[in-house]
Amino acid sequence: MAEVRLDRITVQYGKKTAIEDFSLHVRDGECLTLLGPSPCGKTTVLRAIAGLTKLCSGEVTIGSRVVASRDRKIFIPPEKRNVGVVFQDYAVWPHMTVEANVLYPLKKRNVPRKEAKEQVNDVLRQVRMADYAARLPFQLSGGQQQRVALARALVASQDVVILDEPLTNLDANLREEMRFEIKRLQNETGITVIYVTHDQDIALVISDRIAVMDKTGSIRQLGAPEELCGNPADSFVYRFLGLSNFIPVEIVDGEMWVRDIAGAGGGADTEPTSFPYPVPAGMHNRQFYAACRPMDIAMSRDGADGGAATCGTCGTCWTHGTCGTHGTHGPGETRESLRGRVARVIYLGNIYEYRVRVGGIEIRVQQDSHEAFKGSTFCEGDVCALSIKDIRYYEDVEEVS
Amino acid sequence: MRAGQSLRGSELRRMEGSRFNTGQLLLVISTIILVITVVLPVAMIVYNVFFYNWSFDWSLFASMLTDPDNLAAMWNTVKISFFVTTLGTVVGLFFAWLIGRSDIPLKGLMKSLFVIPYMFPPFIGAMAWGLLLAPRAGYINKMFMALTGGRTPLFNINTLAGIVFVELCYYFPFVFIQVSGALERMDPTLEESARIAGANQLTVIRRITMPLVVPAIAAGAMLILISSLSHFGVPAILGFSNGIFTLPTKIYELIYRASGSFEGIRQGASLSILLVAVVVLALALQRRVLRTGRYDIIRGKSMRPMLIKLRGWKAPLLAVCFVFLIVTVILPLFTIFGVGFLKAYGVPMKLANMTLNNFKYVLFESRMARDAIRNSFFLSITSAVITMLVGTMIAYVIVKIQPRGKGVLEVLGILPYSIPGIVLAVGVILTWSGAFYLNLYNTIWIILIAYIARYMAFSMKSASASLEQVHDSLEEASRTCGASHFESLLDVTLPLIRPGMVAGFFLIFLPAMRELTTSLLLYGPFTRTMGVAIYSINEEGYTVQACALAGVAIIIIVIGELILRFVTRERRGQ
Ligand SMILES: Nc1ncnc2c1ncn2[C@@H]1O[C@H](COP(=O)(O)OP(=O)(O)OP(=O)(O)O)[C@@H](O)[C@H]1O
Ligand SMILES: [Mg+2]
Repeated sequence: MAEVRLDRITVQYGKKTAIEDFSLHVRDGECLTLLGPSPCGKTTVLRAIAGLTKLCSGEVTIGSRVVASRDRKIFIPPEKRNVGVVFQDYAVWPHMTVEANVLYPLKKRNVPRKEAKEQVNDVLRQVRMADYAARLPFQLSGGQQQRVALARALVASQDVVILDEPLTNLDANLREEMRFEIKRLQNETGITVIYVTHDQDIALVISDRIAVMDKTGSIRQLGAPEELCGNPADSFVYRFLGLSNFIPVEIVDGEMWVRDIAGAGGGADTEPTSFPYPVPAGMHNRQFYAACRPMDIAMSRDGADGGAATCGTCGTCWTHGTCGTHGTHGPGETRESLRGRVARVIYLGNIYEYRVRVGGIEIRVQQDSHEAFKGSTFCEGDVCALSIKDIRYYEDVEEVS
Repeated sequence: MRAGQSLRGSELRRMEGSRFNTGQLLLVISTIILVITVVLPVAMIVYNVFFYNWSFDWSLFASMLTDPDNLAAMWNTVKISFFVTTLGTVVGLFFAWLIGRSDIPLKGLMKSLFVIPYMFPPFIGAMAWGLLLAPRAGYINKMFMALTGGRTPLFNINTLAGIVFVELCYYFPFVFIQVSGALERMDPTLEESARIAGANQLTVIRRITMPLVVPAIAAGAMLILISSLSHFGVPAILGFSNGIFTLPTKIYELIYRASGSFEGIRQGASLSILLVAVVVLALALQRRVLRTGRYDIIRGKSMRPMLIKLRGWKAPLLAVCFVFLIVTVILPLFTIFGVGFLKAYGVPMKLANMTLNNFKYVLFESRMARDAIRNSFFLSITSAVITMLVGTMIAYVIVKIQPRGKGVLEVLGILPYSIPGIVLAVGVILTWSGAFYLNLYNTIWIILIAYIARYMAFSMKSASASLEQVHDSLEEASRTCGASHFESLLDVTLPLIRPGMVAGFFLIFLPAMRELTTSLLLYGPFTRTMGVAIYSINEEGYTVQACALAGVAIIIIVIGELILRFVTRERRGQ
């Protein structure tokens, strides 16, 4: 159990700077995930903590001990840092049995043989590898090797364990199982876990906090999963946390319109499309982006179930929130729909994905297959109405990688 | 808080302030060893040729260069290696292709038979061919003259052509082995897809197969070229009697004739510089001719290659293979052992003329032969162990630690590759006979030093290859498990490269057992090696005893070779 502090560290490989001025505080006993595109320097951060890379500047503290500091000329070698590591390529020693692999850290610490054996048996049971103790690594599958590496790291340190993309080679079921397993082990032992991945699904499940890194290696947002999902700091974080649509909009006459991006629009669709939602406050420019998740868009033929595309009272079509007969509908009272045409239908098993052409742009919409079958599925060319929940507005959109 | 936290103050200070870690220490040691064993001899040659009494003196080199005898020797060297390289490449390529890409039968057997000449010490082969084709006394020539009743021999082996022929027999496997390997590793789907695309068989060979094997051909041809340029044994045994000299044999002759006087050594050193210049020039020229890119396509597991149907040619080509094998392997082997059993050289090979006395003599009676066998074992084992350990250490520095300046190490390490054995021997004499307060001349240690310098490149290369298989993270994992750098080397890296190290040991032990060139210049009264003993017994005219000792050497080498195969097979199985 120990906290880990990185204070403005910089690491270079030769002339190339991998991370610069990077600071991070991992609390005692938490599971913190470094989430970022590849290669943004995640492994480099982890190597700096474990002592496998020297710093060019900055300071690393584990517990109450400064383990690396350029200014103070401190460099504690990896074997004295007491940090367990699961490497990206497992690094299970091919000439030792599973048991010998896991026993090794205890041997180096001079734990009495009997006690060490018990500990190894325990941890092998925890990662469900007890039956394979006598095997050599080449007789194991990739996933099993990863579990051996995990067991070895857990034995190596009771303070801090770092896992570098440890679940990537497992099949979906095993991955699911292992991520809860890691969570459980962490809860039981209270060990500090630093988890490195580019897979946001795992990150959201496993972490107490997530640090989202961008491709330059700086942290964009640090917070609990709920916080990140509920309140992404910028479009990069929003985009990284899941599938997303960024709809370019602009304000004309106090109302939002879907901007026609040059070249993207079809010739027939040149007439301006309204983006019928309340104008957000606090945007600096007239042009910006509306972001939404494909799962948060409801689709209907006439707008009947996503709010009304027709006036609820008279049934005639209206535009811009005004019905000729009944006057202006108040804001929030009605939700006007975005109209579009289905351009492509993709069946993804439990999900139907539609590409809907709205104005000059294409919006991804996902529907639960179950729900979709209850209603009716759409075909290419169908006209439909979209209503969007949970829209966020960003001034610009960044590429993720 | 456990283990790591309870550091003693001194330990902590040492780590904090330590600017000198294991890696840098290894780098310094490696550099020092390479400088002493490799750079110093070369520097001493250059110094002694161009400086006399501490002042620049160019006259010796100039006079050596203008001597017609030396120029003739140089010309012979160039001619021999040109023909050996071209013919050897053609022969090696032909057999590699026949076995790798045609439907000729008995492939497995032939593949192992074709590498036998590679193990055969060329100078013993030269002895055998001398016994068979010496103009008057050779068995085949005698038979031929008896048949024709004439006085003209079938073929005189004591000529340039004879030397080329014998060297060719033992050097073509370089290309054969390289090209066979490339053909095996080549992805046959490339050829198949070209066939499907409509190319005919010849086009496929020309456009797809050849470009892919050219790098292998170039590598093999380079080995032949270097080896034949610096080769001593064959021209020494076949050429001396007829006054044919090459640069290496001329260097030997100059030093030998001067019986160790300094002037003779200086003359030999001058020719050494000339020889190195020829080698470097030839390599540069060859690189231009066979300019090769890097072909990454030679990779991946081999599947079933497309085999070319020989049809009616099958039987004749098979016959060619067997005749070739009989000529290069069986005949010399048979001759050496046959003559080794004879009561006297020249008597007909009949059972009545056979005796075990020669073997008894070299194994139990001759002090000189027994010493030679013992010395060879001592030198080969010691140099193999030292070179393997040091080579592994240097390779570790280059591959794993990668310090600044590792390029220097790499260059120093492969330098001996292009330095002929005879030149190295001259340099070792100049360095270790008193120039630096240490006179090892006439002791076994001077030979040991020469062997170490000579075989360092072998061991570095084989150790680098096995270290590259060991991923960095394996050692890093053990560091994070609490092992120091040294402990992780011991617990993880060394066990993983051990099979490679054992193979590396034999890769040095075997050539060292049959070494002739350097030992011949460096041996003293009691430090003959097996090669030297065979050579000098043969020169003194005790042919049957020389053959018996050669037979013993061959048996030892074959056993070593079998062990090597066993070791490398086991590694592949893992
Ligand atoms: N040993 C090295 N030498 C030189 N450059 C390196 C080295 N290791 C990493 N880099 C560079 O540093 C940058 C960061 O690499 P790092 O391995 O930390 O990325 P990562 O975020 O872990 O990527 P991934 O998700 O693919 O594992 C990369 O651009 C990489 O090329
Ligand atoms: Mg990584």
